[in-house]
Amino acid sequence: MSAALLVRVLRDPAQVGRLDADGWNRLLAAARAERLIGTLAFRLDDIAVPDGVRPILTDAKRDTAREAQQALWEADRAGQAMRGLGVRLVLLKGTAYVAAGLRAGQGRFIGDLDILVPRDTMPAVERALIAAGWEWVKEDPYDDAYYRQWMHELPPMIHVERDRMIDVHHTVLPLTARQTPDAAAMIADAVPIINGLYVLSTEDRIVHSVAHMLADGDMQGGLRNLWDIHCLLPDADPAALEARATHHGLASHVRQARRLAAAIYGDGACLTLWDRLARARLLARNGWGQESRKLLVFAFYLRSHWLRMPPLMLLRHLWTKWRKGHRPQ
Amino acid sequence: MKHNITLRIGPATFRIGSAWPQPIAQLAQLYAAYPDVRGAVADFTVRLQPTNLLRRVLRPSIFITGDHGLADAAPMSLAHGLLAAEMGMNLQMALGWRRHLLLHASSVEKDGRVLVMTGESGSGKSTLSALLGERGWRFMGDEFALLDCDSGAILPFPRLVSLKNRAIDVVADAVGEARMGPLLNATAKGDIRHMVPRSDAVARMDQGGMPALLLFPRFGHAADVRTLGQGEIFMRLTQASTNYVALGEPAFTGLTRFVRQVPARAIDFASGEEAFAMVDRLWEELA
Repeated sequence: MSAALLVRVLRDPAQVGRLDADGWNRLLAAARAERLIGTLAFRLDDIAVPDGVRPILTDAKRDTAREAQQALWEADRAGQAMRGLGVRLVLLKGTAYVAAGLRAGQGRFIGDLDILVPRDTMPAVERALIAAGWEWVKEDPYDDAYYRQWMHELPPMIHVERDRMIDVHHTVLPLTARQTPDAAAMIADAVPIINGLYVLSTEDRIVHSVAHMLADGDMQGGLRNLWDIHCLLPDADPAALEARATHHGLASHVRQARRLAAAIYGDGACLTLWDRLARARLLARNGWGQESRKLLVFAFYLRSHWLRMPPLMLLRHLWTKWRKGHRPQ
Repeated sequence: MKHNITLRIGPATFRIGSAWPQPIAQLAQLYAAYPDVRGAVADFTVRLQPTNLLRRVLRPSIFITGDHGLADAAPMSLAHGLLAAEMGMNLQMALGWRRHLLLHASSVEKDGRVLVMTGESGSGKSTLSALLGERGWRFMGDEFALLDCDSGAILPFPRLVSLKNRAIDVVADAVGEARMGPLLNATAKGDIRHMVPRSDAVARMDQGGMPALLLFPRFGHAADVRTLGQGEIFMRLTQASTNYVALGEPAFTGLTRFVRQVPARAIDFASGEEAFAMVDRLWEELA
C-alpha cells in the first residue's frame, strides 16, 4: 500500500533514505493522488533526495505558492464584493490556513474558496456575489433545489472572469445530518485576520475540519484532511477543544480524529475496531495512485449518504439521481 | 500496474502503466531507440485503465489518466491503445509541466537555431516539421516546443510524430515503412499513424537552440505570407500555451522577450512543395 509509504514519510521524512526509484515513483504517485505532494515537498526540504526528485518537489512547491496567492486574491475579491453588507466573512479550510499563516497551510493544495456567513444574510450575500461576477455552475433545477433546501451551503458558483469557484456555507454540516454544530457561535467567536476577513477560532478550526472529514463525505482525500488536523491540533488546548467539540455535538468525532492523527502522523494511538476500518479506508491507495480496496471504499461511499440524510429521503434522492444518469465512481 | 514501461522524451520522464499488454508492447517497439531509463524516477505517471471492471475484458475500453487527468476524458478503444498512451503523456505535460513555458508548436533546428511553427490541429505544423526533419533540419518536436524562460532557448520534446489522415501517406512515402507505427483506424481525430523521428533527433534531444523564426502555418489555402503585430503574436502564443498562467511572471517575461526578438510570419500553402519553398525563403531572409 503506497498510501502507507506516504504517511510514513510525512511522519518521518528521513525514511526516504531507503527508497529506490520504484519506491520514489510509488511515493510521488500516492502523494499526487492524495493532493499531498506540496506538503511532502516541504517535509523533504532538508533531506537529501535523488537528482531526478528535486525538480519535482520544486515544481510542487511553486504550484502551492501560486495557489496560496490565488486563494488570497479570491478571498480579497469576495471581501470586496461583500463590503458594505455588514456581514462577517469567515474564511474556511485552505484559504483560512494560508491567510492565518498556519502550518496546515504550508504546501497545501487549495481548490475552491470556502466561506462561512450567517444564514440570514445568505440572500444578500448571493446578490452581492452575482453583482460582482460570480455565476451558478449547476444548471439542474433538482440539484439547485436540493442545495437550497437541505445543504449547508449554496450551490457552487464560479467567477466569470477568473474561473475560480466559491462555496458559500451557512453552517458546517448538511441540514439533514444528525449533528447540528452551532454555526452562529463559530461566526461570533471568529478572529479577524486581514482586511475585514475572519478565520475560525483555534478550536473551531479543528471541529470544522473534523466534521468535514468524519461526519460528512466518504473520506476521499481524507489523508490531507487528517494532515490538516494533525497540524492544527498542537495549537489548541485539549480541554478547551473537548468542551467546544461537546458544544457542537462532535466530541466523539474529534476524539476519533485525534486517535487517527496520532496513529497515522504522530506517535501512535490505541485504535478501536471502527478506527481501524477508517484507517484502512484512508490508506486505500496503491503505488500507481489508484484507489484500492474497492469494496471498503464503496462501503464508505454508502455511509456518506447514510450520514447525510434519513433513510427515506436518501432513497428518494438516490432514485432521482439514478434516473438522471448519475452512477457512483 | 502489471504492464508498464518508462520513457524519457527530452527533459521529461514518464512511467506508463496499462491494464493490457498491447499498448506497452507497441510503445516498447516504437521507442526502442530512445534512452534506456529503467530504474529512473519518473516526472509523471500515466495510467491506461479500464473505464470500469467489465471493460477490462469485454469490449475493452481505456480511460486515460495519471498524476494529472480530466474526469470527463472520452474512453478509447483498446485498438487505439498506442494513441491513448501518447495522449496520456501529452496530458501530463499540458497540465503538469512547470520547468519551461509549453507552446503547442512544432520545432526544427538548423545550425543551432530553431524554427518554431504553431497553429491549431490540422494547420500542417506536425507534417511540416516531420518532413523538414527529412530535409536537412533536425526534428525537435511536433506537439510541444519548450521555451526556457531564463535563457530564451527552445528545448526539444521529440516524441513520436502523430500523423493524421492525408498526411500519413505523404510522410510514409518520405521516411519508409520501417519508421512507421501501426495504422489506427477511425479515431476521434480520424486515421492516425505514428512516425519514429530520425536517430539524430533522439540522440540530440537534450540540446536546445535559440529561436530564430516563428511561423503560423495554414495548410489548404492559396499561397500567402502575412506579417503580424507583436500584440497579436503574443496573444496567440498565450493561447497556444497550457501553462502560461501557471508559470506566472517568468512566463510573461520569457514570452515578451520571445515575441520581441523572434521574427514571425503567417504562411498559407496548398502543397508541401510550396511550404518548403516559403520556409527556405523566409529562413534565408529573416532568421
